[in-house]
Amino acid sequence: MNSDTPSTVPQDTPPRLRLREITKRFPGCLANDAVSLDLAPGEIHALLGENGAGKSTLVKILYGVQGADSGTIEWEGQKVDIPSPSAARALGIGMVFQHFSLFETLSVADNVALAMQRGTGRDPALLAEIEKLSADYGLALDPTRSVHELSVGERQRVEIVRCLMQNPSLIVMDEPTSVLTPSEVEKLFTVLRRLRDEGRTILYISHKLQEIRDLCDRATILRGGKVVASCDPRQETPNSLAALMIGRAFDGPKAGKPVQVGEGVPLLSVQGLSMEADSPFGTSLKNISFTVRAGEVFGIAGVAGNGQNTLLAALSGERTAPRDDWVKFEGHSIGRVGARGRRDMGISFVPEERLGHGSVPDLPLEDNALLSGWGRWGLIRHGLISRGKSRKKTEDVIEAFNVVSTGTGAAARSLSGGNLQKFIIGREIMQDPKLLIAAQPTWGVDAGSAAAIQSALIDLARAGAGVVVVSQDLDELFTIADRVAVIFDGTLSESRPTHATSAEDVGLLMGGLFEATP
Amino acid sequence: MDILAPILISIIAASTPLLFAAIGELVVEKSGVLNLGVEGMMLGGAVIAFIISVETGNSALAIVAGAAMGAMMAGLFAVLTLGLLANQVATGLALTLFGIGLSALLGQGYVGTPLTALPKLNIPGLTDIPVLGPVVFGQDVLVYLSFVVTGLVAWFLYRTRAGLVLRSVGENPHAAHAIGFPVIRIRLFAVLFGGAMAGLGGAYLSLSYTPMWAEEMSAGRGWIALALVVFATWRPGRVVLGAYLFGGLTLAQLHLQGMGSSAIPSQFLNMVPYIATIVVLVLISRDATRIRMNAPASIGKVFHPDG
Ligand SMILES: Nc1ncnc2c1ncn2[C@@H]1O[C@H](COP(=O)(O)OP(=O)(O)OP(=O)(O)O)[C@@H](O)[C@H]1O
Ligand SMILES: [Mg+2]
Repeated sequence: MNSDTPSTVPQDTPPRLRLREITKRFPGCLANDAVSLDLAPGEIHALLGENGAGKSTLVKILYGVQGADSGTIEWEGQKVDIPSPSAARALGIGMVFQHFSLFETLSVADNVALAMQRGTGRDPALLAEIEKLSADYGLALDPTRSVHELSVGERQRVEIVRCLMQNPSLIVMDEPTSVLTPSEVEKLFTVLRRLRDEGRTILYISHKLQEIRDLCDRATILRGGKVVASCDPRQETPNSLAALMIGRAFDGPKAGKPVQVGEGVPLLSVQGLSMEADSPFGTSLKNISFTVRAGEVFGIAGVAGNGQNTLLAALSGERTAPRDDWVKFEGHSIGRVGARGRRDMGISFVPEERLGHGSVPDLPLEDNALLSGWGRWGLIRHGLISRGKSRKKTEDVIEAFNVVSTGTGAAARSLSGGNLQKFIIGREIMQDPKLLIAAQPTWGVDAGSAAAIQSALIDLARAGAGVVVVSQDLDELFTIADRVAVIFDGTLSESRPTHATSAEDVGLLMGGLFEATP
Repeated sequence: MDILAPILISIIAASTPLLFAAIGELVVEKSGVLNLGVEGMMLGGAVIAFIISVETGNSALAIVAGAAMGAMMAGLFAVLTLGLLANQVATGLALTLFGIGLSALLGQGYVGTPLTALPKLNIPGLTDIPVLGPVVFGQDVLVYLSFVVTGLVAWFLYRTRAGLVLRSVGENPHAAHAIGFPVIRIRLFAVLFGGAMAGLGGAYLSLSYTPMWAEEMSAGRGWIALALVVFATWRPGRVVLGAYLFGGLTLAQLHLQGMGSSAIPSQFLNMVPYIATIVVLVLISRDATRIRMNAPASIGKVFHPDG
């Protein structure tokens, strides 16, 4: 299919980058089908598309991570070959990856040094530069910390700073804001606009359509690996953009739902939970109390790094509480029950990090379903796996949640980010849990699927289960939660019904403006 | 006083081959590759070094040949695992079996051939200092080399950029590839270095420790070297500690056996160094975060750039 080259490209300057008829085939799917794209100097260009549309594949090709099967690339008017990321960097292309490409055991500075092809993280000049750049751009970072101690939001900052340190003339950002807080996003946009005004080009991938409208000058839309449209996002609405992406009208997330606060049996109750963080830089929990009733969605808002990880570990049973009666489920003390035991009771868990924590990247979907669902689905008989049944269950999840993949045998790693998230959420919901705990459930998920996931969470609650959603996306919490509490520096605020509070108030609480509850 | 120096000297002698093999394997594993062929490469190095030494009388050449043999065998491993993506565990085991057979074949005509051990250094004045002199200044060249290599490896891994790159490849080859490092080539160099070090360890056995050739004379040292790397949580300093602990205990149990105490069967005494070394290293490296920080996360996994 041909792309109509948008007329907004200034004719006098050659495009900075021109992709011609790029095609990439994976076993069982055509990820990019003759994609053509022009990027001009000094523009912020959005690349839009549903989960699995081929956005990440395309930018990996232009960054030399993967090779295209056919097609040509021109850089500043010259035909070029980009066989490797270092070739891309030599041209002046920088990249912020969707899945973190950081080295966890190394320090932030080491990570930067590696990407910059210079020295090590011990170099004081480099440390000073990192600090200066991160202060300049309002992306707070301590370069000496080791990456594995950082929260997801902080890691994203490292990726962004690492890319900016290389002073690139084309910056590719694959969903950079999915885990940043609203104020961090604002700061990033200021930076990006500054970079654009310096004449740099930014190729920006995001599922947050409102952001695209605020930030981008042009947009190219992919569907099923093909360019289907290109437009000026400022002239569009989020719903019209979403319609272009999915190819039919889009109604937005399911709105209007009964609110049931104050009724229902207490399902989960946490009383005075305190817990040390398991790393010296993690946040410890201080005297956390809340109850979740059957039939409600309970939201926990907060800026990444305020103790969510410790709280999630304590709720999922990955770390047991010092005292059994600090966590109660259906009236029984479960503080010292481990993750398996809690799953058997009907508590399901969707962690924040989908590759590695929520799934085993190299195992097929079927095995990933088995690992979490064998107990509730009865997939094991006399110590033997019932393959037929587990395949069936996996197929059900794929079907019910519209997961785009090559089948039950596809490795988790081979799914696009949003599709993997749909699979993990679906896997947990279809186990019919009494309580579902989900962290950042729609991170990196396209508008259509996000609406589907949010509706599924609401439906689960309305069917009588309890749902806890930990998220920093306030729009999401206000769409689906009945009550919301804020976590800050390891303490949890009183909860408030979402209909009786505003996003602004919660935003203030997220900044720490509340008295610790006794 | 008179017996202290010989004891220390024999401990050093028993520890040096382990130190070579383990420090080499440490570099290999830090790059994310698990080569279980250490025992085989040691034997290859031992037999070639011995043959060259007997035939040419040139011990420098013999040492180089031993290292080269280890590197060549490692090269074979690299072609299979890095080039053809064969399973590393199976290939490493095969390499050990191959090394045992090959060295027995090559060394057939040399069993029982006498050889004078590598000359010990002799610095007049310094070597004559009681105890310290012969221990510190009276060793052969390979002993010094083992310490130089260990120091260089520690410095390389933690102070140089190339070392940082090597560690990053072992931690997350996909991210390293995405940044643009030649993962396969870096691993190849690490594997070759590991092979050369195992070869040197073998050369030390047949040229200095027991200057002769006997089939399977490495007697499981390659396996102990592998275990040392793991239990030392991939840290060079602890590898030295482990190697010397093992060397010391080996010697101690030999003396116990020599004293003819029949109360404990000799088989049990033979086990002591293996068990005690592992227990000690496990006890000092229990900290889970430490292990996680030092263990190469991608170890043993096949890497292909398009994955
Ligand atoms: N290594 C791989 N092997 C097989 N299939 C792959 C591989 N990488 C991607 N795919 C497939 O290619 C298609 C495009 O994936 P891609 O990651 O580019 O999507 P995306 O547009 O970035 O989606 P998302 O918004 O979810 O990140 C998907 O169907 C995906 O399953
Ligand atoms: Mg993507």
